[in-house]
Amino acid sequence: MFEALREFNTMSHDTTAAHATHEDHDDHGLGHIVSYGTLFGIGFALLLMTIVTVAVRYVDAGELNMPIALGIAGVKATLVALYFMHLRWDRPFNALVLVGSIAFVVLLMIFVLMDTAQYAPQVFEGNAPKVQEVLTVEAPGAPIADQSQLP
Amino acid sequence: MTSIQANPSDHADDQGHDDHGHGHDPNLAHHFESMEQQMDSGKLGMWLFLATEVLFFGGLFVAYAVLRARNPEVFSYASQYLDTIMGGINTCVLILSSLTMALAVRFAQQGRKGLLVLCLWLTMGGAVGFLVIKYFEYSHKIHDHLVWGGTFYEPVDESQKLLLETPEEALDTPLVTGPREANAAEARDIAMSQIVNRPEEAASSVKTAALGPAGLSAGPAAAEAAIEETESDGHSGAGHLADPEMPVGTHLFFGIYFCMTGLHGIHVVIGMGVIGWLIWRSQRGDFGPKYNTPVDLGGLYWHIVDLIWIFLFPLFYLIH
Amino acid sequence: MTTLDATSPNPSNTPVPPVDNYLTYTRGFLSWALTLDHKRIGLMYLVAVLGSFLVGGIFALLVRTELLTPGATIPGVDAEVYNQFFTLHGAIMVFLVIIPSIPAALGNFVLPIMLGAKDVAFPRLNLGSFYLWIIGAVLAVVSLAYGGFDTGWTFYTPYSTTTTTGGVIPVVTGVFILGFSSIFTGLNFVVTIHKLRPPGMTWFRMPLLLWALYATALIQVLATPVLGITLLMLIVERVFQIGLFDPAMGGDPVLFQHFFWFYSHPAVYIMILPAMGIISEIISVHAHRHIFGYRFIAFSSVAIAIFSFLVWGHHMFTSGQSPLMNVVFSLITFSVAIPSAIKVFNWMATLYRGSISINTPMLYGLGFIFLFTIGGLTGLHLGTLNTDIHLHDTYFVVAHFHYVMMGSALIAMIGGLHHWWPKMVGRMYNEKWGIIGFSLVFIGFNVTFFTQFMLGSHGMPRRYYNYQPEFQIYHVISTIGSYIMAAGFFWTLFYLLQSLFSGVKAPSNPWGGRSLEWQCTSPPPHDNFKTTPSVGDCYDFSVVKWDEEEGGYVVDRSEVDEERPDH
Repeated sequence: MFEALREFNTMSHDTTAAHATHEDHDDHGLGHIVSYGTLFGIGFALLLMTIVTVAVRYVDAGELNMPIALGIAGVKATLVALYFMHLRWDRPFNALVLVGSIAFVVLLMIFVLMDTAQYAPQVFEGNAPKVQEVLTVEAPGAPIADQSQLP
Repeated sequence: MTSIQANPSDHADDQGHDDHGHGHDPNLAHHFESMEQQMDSGKLGMWLFLATEVLFFGGLFVAYAVLRARNPEVFSYASQYLDTIMGGINTCVLILSSLTMALAVRFAQQGRKGLLVLCLWLTMGGAVGFLVIKYFEYSHKIHDHLVWGGTFYEPVDESQKLLLETPEEALDTPLVTGPREANAAEARDIAMSQIVNRPEEAASSVKTAALGPAGLSAGPAAAEAAIEETESDGHSGAGHLADPEMPVGTHLFFGIYFCMTGLHGIHVVIGMGVIGWLIWRSQRGDFGPKYNTPVDLGGLYWHIVDLIWIFLFPLFYLIH
Repeated sequence: MTTLDATSPNPSNTPVPPVDNYLTYTRGFLSWALTLDHKRIGLMYLVAVLGSFLVGGIFALLVRTELLTPGATIPGVDAEVYNQFFTLHGAIMVFLVIIPSIPAALGNFVLPIMLGAKDVAFPRLNLGSFYLWIIGAVLAVVSLAYGGFDTGWTFYTPYSTTTTTGGVIPVVTGVFILGFSSIFTGLNFVVTIHKLRPPGMTWFRMPLLLWALYATALIQVLATPVLGITLLMLIVERVFQIGLFDPAMGGDPVLFQHFFWFYSHPAVYIMILPAMGIISEIISVHAHRHIFGYRFIAFSSVAIAIFSFLVWGHHMFTSGQSPLMNVVFSLITFSVAIPSAIKVFNWMATLYRGSISINTPMLYGLGFIFLFTIGGLTGLHLGTLNTDIHLHDTYFVVAHFHYVMMGSALIAMIGGLHHWWPKMVGRMYNEKWGIIGFSLVFIGFNVTFFTQFMLGSHGMPRRYYNYQPEFQIYHVISTIGSYIMAAGFFWTLFYLLQSLFSGVKAPSNPWGGRSLEWQCTSPPPHDNFKTTPSVGDCYDFSVVKWDEEEGGYVVDRSEVDEERPDH
C-alpha cells in the first residue's frame, strides 16, 4: 500500500497505464456523460416551472405567496444543481460544499432577522429626516413623517 | 519545464512518452498523479469557489430579507414598476443558455468539436440576450428616476418639476388636496373623492399619475394603469412622486434591486469572458474525451449564475 | 529517474553541485516572480508579511508614544492624526499580517511536504494569491496618499460611509482584494488535503498542523466572501448613498455590524487555529513525547471552526442588538471556550513526563500556553453580558485581543518560524540569542498588555487620544513595555538575518521530528523529496535517533514496521 508513496517522487508513469481504461468510472463522475433525454427533459421542466411561477403570481394566495414562489424556485435550483451541474453523479462532498454554503447563508439570515424583529418596535415610523429634506411641498404625493413620533 | 536528458536515447517525443513507452498526457500537471486526480481536484476547487459565490450573494439576500421584513409595503408597492414578463423572458433565456452549456459539456466529453463550439456560441448568445433585456429594463428605470437614494426623489425633467411645483390651486385638476396625512389610505380616499367630484377634469388630465383615465377605478390599479400609460407614452407625467400610495422608504427597494441585479449582471459579463475563452480553446481543438475539465468547470460557473437568477426573479418580479 | 538531475538548468552539461535545493534550483528575479514552487511562494509571503509587521509595529509604537501623556505628546500629532495611527495599525496587522502569516507564509512552505505531496493542488492559483496580497497591500499604501482613513479597522457605519477622509475607498478595495487572496489560499489547502494525500497518508495520520490548516481553510472559504460583500456594500453606500446602513435613509447601521462580524469573528479563528496547530507540533517535538489526545485535538480544530460562525454577536452586545440575540450569542460564546480548553489540557498532558528541551521554539510554545490561557479566560469576562456593559470599548478589550492575537497567534508564528527556520534556509540560528529575544518579547509583552487589563477595568476607553490624568501611570508602564517588546523583535530579526550568513549548516532533522518534512534535506530539494520518506505515526519519537555523523536526528527505519506504521 506504500507503493505509490515510494514511487511518487520518481515520476514513474506506471500508474497511467492502469488508468488508461478508466473512462466509465462512475463513482467519481469522470467520464459520465449526461444523456440527451435528461438534459432536454430538465430544460423543458425548468421552462415549464418558470411559466407556472409567473402565472401563479397573478393568483393571490395571501400568506402563501412567498413560500410558493420560493418553493418553485427551490425546485428549479435543485434540478439545475443535480442534473446540469452533475451533482447527481458526482462525489457527495461536492454537494456537501454547496449545501454547506447555503446553510451558512441561512444561519446569517435567521440570526439577523431575529435581531431585526426583536428591536423593530423601537424603530421610528415615517420618513427619515434626510428623505424628508428632499421632499418639498412640490411633491405632494409623497408621504410625510409624523413629527410627533420623535421624542 | 523541459527535461534535459543526459542520454540521447532517452529522448522524449512530442506526446511526452519517455523511453519506457508509457503515455503522459500533455495536459497532466506535474504535481498530479493522474488525469483523474487532476479532474477531481479541479472540480472540488471549483465547487469551493462556487460556495464563496453563494456566500457573496448571500449577504445581499440577507440585506434584502431585512429590508423586506421591515418594509413589506414598500416591496409590495414598488414591484409594480418591474415588468414581470420581461423578467420571465430573461429567466427563460438564462435557463436555455444553461441547457446549451450542459450540451456543450456533453459534446466536449464526446470530442465533437463543431457542436461544442456551436453550443458555446449559443450560450454566449443567451448571455448577450439577457444583458440586452436588462439594458432596456435599466434604461427605463433610470429615465424615470426609479433608482436608488436621493435621485429617487428628484423630478425627472423640467416639465415634471414644474408640475410638482405648481401650487395646486393653479391646476385645473389638483393632484391631491386636503390635509397631509401620514396614513396613505386616507390620502387615497381624499384623492378618490376628488376624482368622484370632478370626473371630466380627471378624464382629460394626462398629467396626473394618481388618477385613472376614466376616473372610475382609483387607487393602486389606477396608479398602475396611469404609470404604464405614461411609460408607453414615453413621457413621465408626474411620476411616482405624485402617487399618494407610495409608502415611506420606496427608494430602498430600487437600491437593493440595482445592487443585486447589477452584481448579477457583472457576473454575467464575467461569464461571457469565460465562455469566450472556452470558445477560443475549443476552436483550437484543446478539448476531447481525455481532457475537458475547463469546459466542465466553466459550465459550473455559468450554472451558478443561472441559479442565482432563479432566486432573484421571484424575489423582485413576483411580489404580490 | 536519470542519474543527472533532469531538472537542472545546465545547458553545458557540467556536473551539478551535490546539494541542489529549492533556493538554488533556478536563479534570477523572474524565477522567483513567476515561480510555481510552494516553498518559494511561502518564502516570499514570509518576507512580505514580516515587512508589514514592521510597518504595523511602527504605527503601534507611534500610538503608544503618543499616549505617554494626556493630550498632545508628539508634536504635530493631534486627535485626527492619532485616529489614523491606530486605524492603520489595526488594519495592517489584521489584514496584512496575522491572517495570512501562518497559513500563507509557513503553511505554504510546510503543508505539501508534511502531507507527502509535490505541491499544492493549484500552484498557479497560489502565486495568484500572493500577487493579490501585493495588490491589496499597495492599495492600502495608496490610501495614505488620498488622505488616509480614521474609521478604526472595523469601518463601522455611518462614520465610514460619511467621513470625508479620502482614503476609505482605496483601503476598503484593498481589503476586498486581500480577502480573495485569503479565499484562494484556503481553497488551495482544502483541495490539497482532500485530493493530494498519497496512499498511506490517511486523515488520522496527518500531523495536527495539517488538521489546523484544514479547519482554517474551511473558515477562509466560508467566511471571507461575506466580508467581501460587506465591503462592497460599504463602497456602494459611500459612492451612491443607497441607504442600506444610513438610518436617515431608512437603513440600519447595526446591519453593517452583523455583516462585518459574521466574517471578522471567524477571522480571529483563522488567526488562532493554525497557531494552535504549530503549538501541537512544537510541544510534541521539543518534549520528545507523543502528542496526548490526537483525535481530540483534531476534532476540536474542526469544532472550533464551526462554532466560530455562531458567536459573532458578542462584538455587538452594546450596539443596539436585541436582548434575545445578546443572550443567544453569550451562551454560545461560553461553549466555544470548551474545544480550546481541550487543546490546552492536551498540550499540558503532552509536556508531562516529557523530555523537554528548553530551546527557543519550546519557549515560544510554553509562552503561548501561558498567554493564550490569560487571553482566553479574559474573553469570558467579555462574553458575560453584565460585565461586558462596563468593559466594552475599554482597554480591557484591547488587552484581551492582543493577548490572543499577538500573545498567542503571533508568538506561535515566531515559534514556528524558529522551529522550521533550519528547514527553510538550511542554517541554525544562534540558540542563546534566541532565548534572549524570546525573553525580551515575553517580558515586554506582558508589561505592555497586562497593564491594559487594569486600565480597562478602571474605565479607560479605547481609541482615545486624550485621557484623565489618573490613567497616565498605566499608560507610561505600557509604553515602556512596548519599547522592550520592540527591542526583542528587532533583536530577533537581527539574529535570524545573521544566521543566513554565518549560521551553522542545518542537518535534515535538527530537532528530532518525525513528520515528513524532517526527512528531506534542509533546505528541501526542488521536488521536495530525493528519497522516499518513511510514513508512520508522526508523533512516535521512539524511532528517531541522534546520528553523530549527520549532526542531527534520523529515523531508524529498522525500528519502523512500514507495513503497520502505527505500531
